[in-house]
Order: sequence, then structure tokens, then C-alpha cells
Amino acid sequence: MADNQLAPYLPILMQLLIAAGIGTGMIVLSAILGQRKYSRMKMQAYECGMTPTGDAQHRFSVKFYLVAMLFILFDVEAIFLIPWAVVYRDLLKIPGAGLFGFWEMMVYIGIVLVGFFYVWKKGVLDWNTPELSEGPNE
Amino acid sequence: MVPVTYYLVLSAILFTIGVAAFIFKRNIITIFMSIELMLNAVNLSFVAFANMHHNLDGHIFVFFVMVVAAAEAAVGLAIIISVFRTRETLNVDRVNLLKL
Amino acid sequence: MMTNELQYLSILPELILTIFGMLIMVLDPLMADRASRKPMGWLAFVGTLAALGATFYQGTHPVAGTAFFGMVRTDAFSIFFHVVVIVIAALAILSSLDYLETQGIRSGEYYGLILLGTVGMGLLSSAMELVMLFIALEISSISTYILAGYRRRVAASAESSIKYFLLGSFATAFFLYGVALIYGATGSTNITAISQALHNNHISSLTYLALVLMFVGMGFKVAVTPFHVWTPDVYEGAPAPVVALMSTGPKAAAFALMLRVLFGSFGELSQWWLPLIWISAALSMTIGNVGALLQNNVKRMLAYSSIAHAGYLLVAFAAGQDMGIAAAIFYTATYAAMNVGAFAVVSHFASRGERYVSIDDYAGLGRRSPVLAITLTIFMLSLIGIPLTGGFFAKFYVFSAALKSNLVWLTIIGLVNSAIAAYYYLRLIVVMYMKEGDDSVTLVPVPVATAAALLIAAGLTIYLGVMPGGVLGYALLGAQDLMR
Repeated sequence: MADNQLAPYLPILMQLLIAAGIGTGMIVLSAILGQRKYSRMKMQAYECGMTPTGDAQHRFSVKFYLVAMLFILFDVEAIFLIPWAVVYRDLLKIPGAGLFGFWEMMVYIGIVLVGFFYVWKKGVLDWNTPELSEGPNE
Repeated sequence: MVPVTYYLVLSAILFTIGVAAFIFKRNIITIFMSIELMLNAVNLSFVAFANMHHNLDGHIFVFFVMVVAAAEAAVGLAIIISVFRTRETLNVDRVNLLKL
Repeated sequence: MMTNELQYLSILPELILTIFGMLIMVLDPLMADRASRKPMGWLAFVGTLAALGATFYQGTHPVAGTAFFGMVRTDAFSIFFHVVVIVIAALAILSSLDYLETQGIRSGEYYGLILLGTVGMGLLSSAMELVMLFIALEISSISTYILAGYRRRVAASAESSIKYFLLGSFATAFFLYGVALIYGATGSTNITAISQALHNNHISSLTYLALVLMFVGMGFKVAVTPFHVWTPDVYEGAPAPVVALMSTGPKAAAFALMLRVLFGSFGELSQWWLPLIWISAALSMTIGNVGALLQNNVKRMLAYSSIAHAGYLLVAFAAGQDMGIAAAIFYTATYAAMNVGAFAVVSHFASRGERYVSIDDYAGLGRRSPVLAITLTIFMLSLIGIPLTGGFFAKFYVFSAALKSNLVWLTIIGLVNSAIAAYYYLRLIVVMYMKEGDDSVTLVPVPVATAAALLIAAGLTIYLGVMPGGVLGYALLGAQDLMR
């Protein structure tokens, strides 16, 4: 029976196999057929076309972490907007509710904006400040 | 279709891996990641059950779990940074000022 | 469905707290970096007063019932817990005002976090949907994780915060897995619907697993044995006023959650979870009290004592029925009053950098600051359970409910433990009055805000010890609402 249950997934398996085949095929073919000319430029680590600078092992400034973190937070908060947008027209049809659904989302966005305002005013979005204002703690 | 038990078993396995990693790993970041793994294992269960019961409650729960997990991650990483600043280590065995 | 306006009334305290919390978030960045954040603290205090007023409004007007499609329910149970957590937050804010100045922490967010955390704690007692309960639990937990690490430059505080965070999230994951399984078993996440499904249908094995997992999660949150190990460390490292808050507020709220889940959803399975509670209660009382005997740090001692008190509370759970639940509800209120008070004294006495937290530092306090010593004595006597203090009636109701339910052994264990507990609470009193003080321990006069917090906490403790009738009556109403 297991075959039947998994049958709908056969195309996925085939795609995986074909993709893997093409990938390995290309590497193998170029290894066999290709010419090899080494240059200093070519042997450098590949960094999206940029000239690499420094070592990859050094520590990043904590500022990067903050920006990444804020991105995740605001990004994830947006997932509530999508289901809301999808059912918005149906929300209007609920008897007696009126614009209830609309205003609820406005409240939600308002709260997110308060967070944004806080982050902005705290100077987290300023790239040039040498050290974030740590506050004069202890 | 894949029966719901498959998903549940996978979810249980992932959750157990998370618990094991939480207990045996010594790096705070790894421990933290194991918690995320546990939460996502639970999400898988929710979606599987939602599909089984044909209602949306499970999906909605997953939304909220994801958002809460993100908030938790933000706070967690901030705390981890403050630990690192005061102790210069992320090994739980060496974060032992308070006796356990 | 109620009209929209009435729906908002059912979450009025939370709305007010949220608005004040956000107001603080908006105002704080606008203040000068070096400015004192005391105004923020007072603003937060006004917020808690307004929320308290809103809760009383709920209590005196007919807003009872479910709202927001069955998400929240306003009844005597929720109102009681709202009052408890809001008063806790207010007292914590009062005792923080000068503590933060002493520690040199200038941060308005601190007060915002207390308010927002209180939103979560309040919602925990009124939520009727597991989604809502989960979110409320996380709101209250995440706020307290941050608060625990508020002395950022101090390694112990950061460590306390990370331990609290890791174990707290671990517990949350367990709770959540339990929720997922019960959703799978019954097809619903509504407390009442789950209860009905368990009543009508065959109970599948998933249900038992769900119950155990949820019990583990909730056990961590209320810190009962065997899930208590984080408590002493976290309480020792966290700032003292924060401990005042988190040893009472989230705990009371988590007990509300536990009552709601165990009696609201799993009432059908009570035969099955009773042994769990029984064992957990007996272990918590014993380990908490024996652990406290060995401590020399006041915060650590009170941490173990809080484990023991969670154990007494579980005895009331085990007793069940209206009377047991009412006793549990009454106990949370009493414990909150006396413990917040005790930690308010500790936060004032700790001084800059929390230097004075060992029991020996309290030597001679009776002579040097009679007022401080007397208030601390009241709280200690209440924690022991001496008559005329709230602690006496709290224990009395718990154990009489337990006896009524034929839990003779558990009662005996509890009483023996109360006797052990008397030793370490009395030790502190003896040190304060009998031992000669060391004048190197600096003692500043009690500031107004802290004095107010102490006065209110001591007043409530004695009030509950002299006239417990009114509060117990309301707790009984709450218990009936819960079982309905």
C-alpha cells in the first residue's frame, strides 16, 4: 500500500533525480572536457562578484545582529496581514460587524508602528553611530 | 496521500531530537536552536492535525507560534549577547556563577 | 455575539495596560538620555491604578460572559486574578522606583515591560482558547525574561536571564506540544469544547500524553518539583523588585492557567492527573523547605520558599471541589501579598549593586530600622502561617479542603513541612532582633514609594489574616465560575 500513498509524490522524486543528474553531469563534463587556466583572481573565494576583503572568520559588529533581528520581527509580523487580506471581503459581510475587521487590523498595524517608532527614536537604524547608546547603566 | 501518522511520527522524532539537543549540547546558541526545532516540530503536528480534522484552528495556531517564536528569538539572542558581554563565553558549563 | 462595545469591556484592564505600556515606549526615547526615568514609573503606576479601576468596573457591572468569539471570558475567576496580578504589578513598580535609581539603571522600558507582562498575566486568567492562553503565557514570560536580565552589566543577572529564558522556552515547547496533541485528539482548541469532547467521546491515548506534556510545561512555569531547578538561580541573579514580580505575578497567572486547563478541560480525567499533582505537591513542599534551610542568601532562601509554597498550592489542587479551588485562589492572593512585600524589603535593603543579600547582613536591623524590621517580620510570620496573618488562613483553607477530600497523608506532609519552614523564616527574624548589627552595612532611609509598597503589602497581609471572609467568598464565586 505504501507505494500507492506515495504515488502523487513521484514527480517530485523524478524532479530531484533530474536536477541532481544535470548538476553532477555538468560538473563531471566540465571536469573532463574543460581547459584549466589558473590565475590568482580565479582562485580567490567567490563573493557574489565582489572582490573579497579579509577573512570570513572574523566577528561581525553587533549592529548587524540588531538589523537582522528587527528585520525578522517586522517580517514575521507581516504574516498576519496575508490571511486578513485574503478574507477581507468576507469580513465585511458578517452581519453587525461592519468595519470591525478593518479597524482591528488598523490597531494591529498601529501597535507595530509604535514598535517601529521606538526602534527609530532609539537610534538603532542609524548606521553611523559608533556604539549604540547603551544607556548609562551601572 | 501520506497518512497523518507519518507526519506525527516525524514531528515526534524532531521534537525528541530537540529535547536531546537541549539536554546534551553545551553551546547556548545550539541549545537555543534546539528549542526552535521543538517549536517547529509542534507546528508540523498542528498542520497535520488541522488537515486531519479539516478545520483551520491548527493553521492559525501555527501562525501565532511562528510570530511568538520570532519574538522569543529576538529576546533570546539579546540575552545571549548580554551573557557574552559579561562572561566572554557561550559554554553553559562555564556560565555557572549561580550554583545549580 | 455581544455588541462590540461590550466586548471591549471584557478586556478593558488589558487595553488600559497596553495603552499605558505603549505610551511609555513612545515617551521614553523622547526623554533626555541622562534624565531620571521616575516619571515613567509613576506613569506606569497610574496605568495599573486605571487598570485596577477597570477591573472593579467589570466586577460591579454585568459584563460577565464570553467575548471575541469565545476567546475570553469575564467572570469572578478572571476578575479575582486580574486584581491579584495588577496589584502585584503596582507594588513591584512602587518598589522599583528607587531601586532603579540606586542601581543607576535609567530605563523607562522597564516599567513598560512590567505593564505589558501584566497584560499577559491578566489574559491568562480570562482566556478560554488555548491559542489565547499560549499567547498570554508568552507575553508574560517574554517580558519577565527581559526583566530578569535588567542589570545588564552584572554577570549574575545576565546568567539568571539566560537560564530563565532557556528553561522557560523549553517548558513552553512542551506545553505547546501538549496543546497540539489535545487539538489532534479532540479537534478543538477551546477549553469548553475540549471538555465536552472528552466527556462525550472515547478518550484516546493521545489525550493522556497531551495532559502529561501540558503538565510538564505548566509545572515549569509555576516552579513545582521536579521542574523547579531553575528557580533559585534565576531568583538570585535577577533584580530584587523583578523577583518580587516574577515570583508572584506570572506564578499566580500560571496557576490560573493550570486551574483552567486541569479543571476546565481535563476535569473528566481528574482520577488520572490527581496522582501527578499529589506527588508533585509532596516533593515540592519537602524539597523547597529543606533547600531553604541550607541557604544563606535571602533571595535564594525565598526562592526555595516559593517552591514550597507552590507545593502547598498544589495540595489545594489535589483537594479539588469548589472548596479546594477556592483555597488555591485565596492562597495565590495571600502569597502574592506577603512575597511581594518581603522582596520589597529585600530590594530596598540590597543597596547599590545588590551588596547586602545574605542573611547575616540583616543582623541588628531591628535596632537600626525598626519599621523595616517590623514589616519584614510581618511577612515572615505570614509565610510561616502564624494566626492574624494572611498566611494562616491560606494554609488553613488549603489543609481543611485537603482533609475534606481525604488527603490525610498529604495534609500530614504539609503540616510537617510547615513546621520545618518555621525554622528558616524565624532564623531571619532572630538575626534581625537578637544579633548585634555590623555598622558597615549601610542603610538609607526608606523612600516614600517603597514605604507605600510596604504599607500596602503589610496591610493586605494583615487584612487577609483578620478578615479573610470577603476575599474567600469571592474566591469561592471564582471557583464556581471555573467549574461551570
